[in-house]
Amino acid sequence: MSGYRLKDSGIYIDTAQELRFEFDGKKYVGYQGDTLASALLANGVTLFARSFKYHRPRGVYTAGPEEPNALVSLRTGDRHEPNCHATTVELYDGLVARSQNAWPSLNTDFMAVNQFFAPLLIAGFYYKTFMGTGQKFWHFCEHFIRRAAGMGQGGLSADPDKYEKTNHFTDVFIIGGGPAGLLAADTLAKIGAKITLVEESNNWGGSLSEEEGLINGEPALYWANNVVKILTKNEKVTVLPRTTVYGYFDDNTLGAIERVSDHKQMPKNNEPRQRHHKIFAKRVIIATGSVERPIVFEGNDIPGVMLANSALRYAKRYGVAVGNKVVVFTNNDDGYHSAIELKKMGVNIIAMVDPRSTLDPELKTQIEEQNIEHHPGCMVTSAKGGKSLNHVNIAHFSRDSGSSGSLQRINADVLLIAGGYTPTINLCSQIGTKADFVEEIQSFVPGESTQPFVACGAAKGQLDLESTLCGAVEAAVQTAKYLNLDIDTHPSIKVEKANRKAIPFPLTDIPSTNSSAKKFIDLQHDVTVNDLKIAHREGFSSVEHLKRYTTMGMAADQGKTSNMNALALIAKERGISIPEAGTTSFRVPSKPVALGALAGRDVGNHYHALRRTPVHEWHIKNGAEMVDTGGWHRPRVYKKAGESLFEAYSREAKAVRNNVGIVDVTSLGKIDVQGPDAAEFLDRVYANSFQKLPVGKAKYGIMLRDDGYIFDDGTVWRLGETQFLMTTTTVNAARVLSELERLLSLYWPELKVHVSSQSDQWAGMAVAGPKSRSVLESIITDMSFSEEDCPVMSVRKGRIGKWPVMVARLSFSGERAYEILTPRNYGLDVWEAIMDAGKPFGITPYGTESMGALRIEKGHIGGPEMDGRTTLGDVGMERLSSKKGSYIGSVLKNRHGLKSDDRKTMVGLISDGIKPLRPGSVVLKNNEIVGHVTSATFSPILDKNIALALVRKGKKHIGENLQVVFPLKDEAYNVRVVDPCFYDAEGKQLYA
Amino acid sequence: MSDYSAFSLLKNAFSGHRNWKSAWRKPEPRENYEVVIIGGGGHGLATAYYLAKIYGVRNIAVLEKGNLGGGNVGRNTTIVRSNYLLPANIRFYEYSMKLWEGLSREINYNVMFSQRGVLNLAHTPGQLDEYARRGNAMLMEGADAELLSREEISRRIPGLYTGQDTRFPILGGLNQPRAGTARHDAIAWGYARAADRQGVDIIENCEVIGFIKDGDTVTGLNTTRGEISAAKVGVSVAGSTSNVMKLAGIDKLPIESHVLQAFVTEPLKPLIDTVVTFGAGHLYISQSDKGGLVFGGDVDGYNSYAQRGNLPIFEHVAAAAVTMFPNLSRLRLLRNWGGIVDMSMDGSPIICKGPLPGLYLNAGWCYGGFKATPAAGHCFAHTIAKDEPHELNSKYTLDRFFNGNELDENGTGPIPALH
Amino acid sequence: MKIKCPICGKREASEYTYIGDATVKRPDVNNTDEQSWFEYVFQRRNPRGDHEEHWQHTAACRSILKVKRNTVTHKISSVDLEGPWQGQGEENN
Repeated sequence: MSGYRLKDSGIYIDTAQELRFEFDGKKYVGYQGDTLASALLANGVTLFARSFKYHRPRGVYTAGPEEPNALVSLRTGDRHEPNCHATTVELYDGLVARSQNAWPSLNTDFMAVNQFFAPLLIAGFYYKTFMGTGQKFWHFCEHFIRRAAGMGQGGLSADPDKYEKTNHFTDVFIIGGGPAGLLAADTLAKIGAKITLVEESNNWGGSLSEEEGLINGEPALYWANNVVKILTKNEKVTVLPRTTVYGYFDDNTLGAIERVSDHKQMPKNNEPRQRHHKIFAKRVIIATGSVERPIVFEGNDIPGVMLANSALRYAKRYGVAVGNKVVVFTNNDDGYHSAIELKKMGVNIIAMVDPRSTLDPELKTQIEEQNIEHHPGCMVTSAKGGKSLNHVNIAHFSRDSGSSGSLQRINADVLLIAGGYTPTINLCSQIGTKADFVEEIQSFVPGESTQPFVACGAAKGQLDLESTLCGAVEAAVQTAKYLNLDIDTHPSIKVEKANRKAIPFPLTDIPSTNSSAKKFIDLQHDVTVNDLKIAHREGFSSVEHLKRYTTMGMAADQGKTSNMNALALIAKERGISIPEAGTTSFRVPSKPVALGALAGRDVGNHYHALRRTPVHEWHIKNGAEMVDTGGWHRPRVYKKAGESLFEAYSREAKAVRNNVGIVDVTSLGKIDVQGPDAAEFLDRVYANSFQKLPVGKAKYGIMLRDDGYIFDDGTVWRLGETQFLMTTTTVNAARVLSELERLLSLYWPELKVHVSSQSDQWAGMAVAGPKSRSVLESIITDMSFSEEDCPVMSVRKGRIGKWPVMVARLSFSGERAYEILTPRNYGLDVWEAIMDAGKPFGITPYGTESMGALRIEKGHIGGPEMDGRTTLGDVGMERLSSKKGSYIGSVLKNRHGLKSDDRKTMVGLISDGIKPLRPGSVVLKNNEIVGHVTSATFSPILDKNIALALVRKGKKHIGENLQVVFPLKDEAYNVRVVDPCFYDAEGKQLYA
Repeated sequence: MSDYSAFSLLKNAFSGHRNWKSAWRKPEPRENYEVVIIGGGGHGLATAYYLAKIYGVRNIAVLEKGNLGGGNVGRNTTIVRSNYLLPANIRFYEYSMKLWEGLSREINYNVMFSQRGVLNLAHTPGQLDEYARRGNAMLMEGADAELLSREEISRRIPGLYTGQDTRFPILGGLNQPRAGTARHDAIAWGYARAADRQGVDIIENCEVIGFIKDGDTVTGLNTTRGEISAAKVGVSVAGSTSNVMKLAGIDKLPIESHVLQAFVTEPLKPLIDTVVTFGAGHLYISQSDKGGLVFGGDVDGYNSYAQRGNLPIFEHVAAAAVTMFPNLSRLRLLRNWGGIVDMSMDGSPIICKGPLPGLYLNAGWCYGGFKATPAAGHCFAHTIAKDEPHELNSKYTLDRFFNGNELDENGTGPIPALH
Repeated sequence: MKIKCPICGKREASEYTYIGDATVKRPDVNNTDEQSWFEYVFQRRNPRGDHEEHWQHTAACRSILKVKRNTVTHKISSVDLEGPWQGQGEENN
């Protein structure tokens, strides 16, 4: 038992509210306001986790999100969540946590045997071994390596919680609710700026909880709480606690996660678990503070070794003493502040170790008053212990040899380290801001801004209260000027009796008497001083190489406590300065972010918008099996009870050939083309000609890309002298429209044409089959269906009751057919009216599957034949464009490769087998690949299995017998090559 | 320098690891080389290695403007596969796969090539047909492929959502069992060490600032570390291709540079044992040996040289990941990075002699550069050494766009961001 | 990244569709020179730094915009309309 609760209650906790919780099956009690770490420390727990590689026992190292050691798994069942920082998890009643990466238990972890093999498990050891006899051996080793690696365990059940997204458009976005952020917010709020202020924790004031100084005569934290009260009341200020900014992107866009319900057992009242905030800010103020820096020595990872300021936080914030016999090892004055304050609060600080030989007389008096043993000119050479600290060894410090003289042993259960502070500059670094090295604090601060932001406070290296507040005012003034707001450039803010600034005495890598001793640089990834030295020896000396080779700084904490020490060490090894050694760039996210929060509600059914036609519900009610086509749901087949897919589409296709069918074609793209030059425009767009198309007529059109390959096809209806309606395939609708707009806007401004999408304005349906005329004649008024009045390809207007319809006699199936457009809102009514009218004729709704069968029978091209790699010649359409001048793709379609007579061209295949051919099959001639099957179907009318295929020099093979194979299923068929039009080549059925 | 092995590791452990030598030398550039490769990434280093090892070229230098392996070879999602559609691509990538299978031993560096399968999910019947065409083409070319049913997929990949009540239900998929992942950095370091052992000079922090030409013929380079003359210069610089070629006087190429983002979660115990790609949006997911789930998405969609991405792709990738695997929702993304990919106009690469005498080009890798590393190195080396392409890269010419012999793997046409 | 559409105002880039290099020259309708079309369709300068490019405001007014953007910093310096309305754009502040 080491830690315990102090008499004075911490400022964050409410001792009147007890909370029950569980860690590794053991039950504990904490208080409202505790973190999991503070409550466990108060209960005397010292062992929290096992380390990544060596499975060494680890305790708590810090009191915040920079924690490298105390990672636990939280909650159970569906809400299980691995790798949580015990130091930031807010305690709630009923909390259940478990340790991870240990087996069978945290206390007895068999994998700790890795420590025995540590001499082999050096940086990059895996690159040098496990190669054995080849892949098999590696796969065998990998199986075990994977199981040994990793930290927490991910579950298999779906997350039951919801996540939300929200946007903020704000003048000023302030990150950090410490003294700098609060003062900047207060100053700017007073002059009317629109502000969003976020704080990562649920408490305001940041480092002020450890501040002894006064602001404007008041205790600093009292001042902070007042400011928060005022800001909260201000309508132009949005204040968000429990909100972590994880990413800084282009154009002052930032991402932040608000933990709405993570401090509760589960979200209540339909609350989300977390909310993703996207912030669009004119100006950003970065007041993210700093992180205390460790000092590196032997045994610096033993439970009980932790950062000094963190220990002070546990005492001040949670009323927790971290140990019974505490030694402080500091290289700066701030360490004294921590020690003295802790002692005043009743923590047994027994000794101070400081490599500096002289000390400020005032501090000297204070530690003498507090009866703390002082060891000036000394340093800790090692910390000793197993699962908890037993004692520390100290020695005299000498600049040349490191240590000298005999070791002195001090028994202690906690060793606090104060190595100075590292400004938190991750966010600035994400947008490519260079970092400047500041010698005095031995650390980097943000350099010149690459986007409109300003940093202040500890994040800017302003490490004492007075300069922090001055920095905040300066940041506010700069921001006000940027926003053209009037501001008093010297607001009165008075600081008294503030804590001392930490000016660290540089200490890198304290030599150890034991050459195999482990001195950890990166505790989370188990990277030691020795690892860095080996990496350097092997030539991995640049910071990027070092990081990748040793994995230093690549753990979940992104090296918040380790990077500066690593840089200092490598600089020393290479004999260069720290800024010469450089710094690595920080990556988004600066704190790990749940995937669910980034995904928000765009998951599962809502992953992508679903486009429905007005007849959608009718289709479903009538047994349609839907299929996704370019974002739309279309009926694939309408299955009757007991019918298979095959039976259903055969029945539908037969109905069209013999009788009459109706298909929903609403999803086709529809573009209105208007203007005096509309015909000229279409002529330039399509490979075939439109100038001579008379009003009231429609025509098939095929469009190429600029590179000469087929892009899309459809029909064009001339509705007036200057008005056309063109249709596109469902899949290409958006791309065709954009292409037309681009051409008109950029290249052909001389054409007086306007295009607009009408895809959503019209509902469309095709009525096809020998009886289609009879059905429509019986219901559509105001037009005649006679051969003279409504010949093939004509476009007419009529009515069904009060609903206007536009009718074009077009056929995709080869049967007499009419395409009917009606304003979208009437779509269902018109559909139902036609179904009613068609009942006596046995009208059958049909889906995409039978539509495919019908068009394959006719040899019409579809998606698989227009796969973006085919030419007009390939699909037998070269003649369409034979007499034309220029159009899109008309020049590049003549490139050598597109004209080659070795190309694959479209043919028909008839199988002698019983099973349908499969699209994607390979066509063979004498065992040589000559092509592939693009589309295949069973043809109900021919009672044969047929297919379209692209075959090298296709036409030359007509009449030959070839082989079609489908190696994925070991299938092979004999086929006969025929002309791609299998049915009614003369087109008689159009008039049937 | 001795071979790496379990034995050498043990031996060095006894001497406190004080005797490890630098994995590659840090030589000063010489004035003259037979072949200079610009670009110390995976491809450049592999090219140098094969030039020396197979083609017996001595006197080779690799110039790298920053640190070796700092580009795309260390910024990808480590997937190795040969599941292509067009025969020229299948043959090339299948050859690469075969080199991968022996690579760790070939270069005496464990590149951790883990053949755990790459599964492409299909969500529409049309997509299944496309995969069938691809799978058959692969089998015909001697690669491996299998079609999996929804039930089989559900059985093999716990956690994957195979229910039908979702926007894009899974209908089946195409799996390539021999495909998998590798350790990306190890490729760069392994080839660097292997090339160095063959006598190749690897010169880091040496940026090319100009080409020295005799008429049209390239005869050397001006670099930040002095003038270097070379009989042959190979350019292998991925996203920087246009910039470097501009220095040689080639102003335009069928290439655009785009940023491609990748993501990794916190390390976890084994959760997903294969590589899975979503078929209804751009997402692929795998788990590294260290335990992080690695995600790759689509390019950001506009020309970019910034090695960092933006929020929309972040959100898309997360949404696709949670849609596929609803159990990942509470897991956390740890890091994101961006690489500059050289998107060609047809989605296939260029490995060719020219476009100037004395100059050789290896570029246009789009998403596919990492897995191509061994074959690209070998074929580029062949092209440089023999002054004619290897059979496998004979179609990867620069003039195929002019001649109309594009290799448009996806059929999307000359829009780089769509490949 | 945000683009200031001269018609709609400043909007997130996700509302727009990237078209590509704005410096390429589309040959005249009747130009039948393969080389010119090849240059237009396939060849790109692909600069590192300032880039003139076309975007379309697809999710709103559908205007085609000429955007000057830095491909390294992604900073947009100006946005202009294309076609007859050219010259009505402004700086992207």
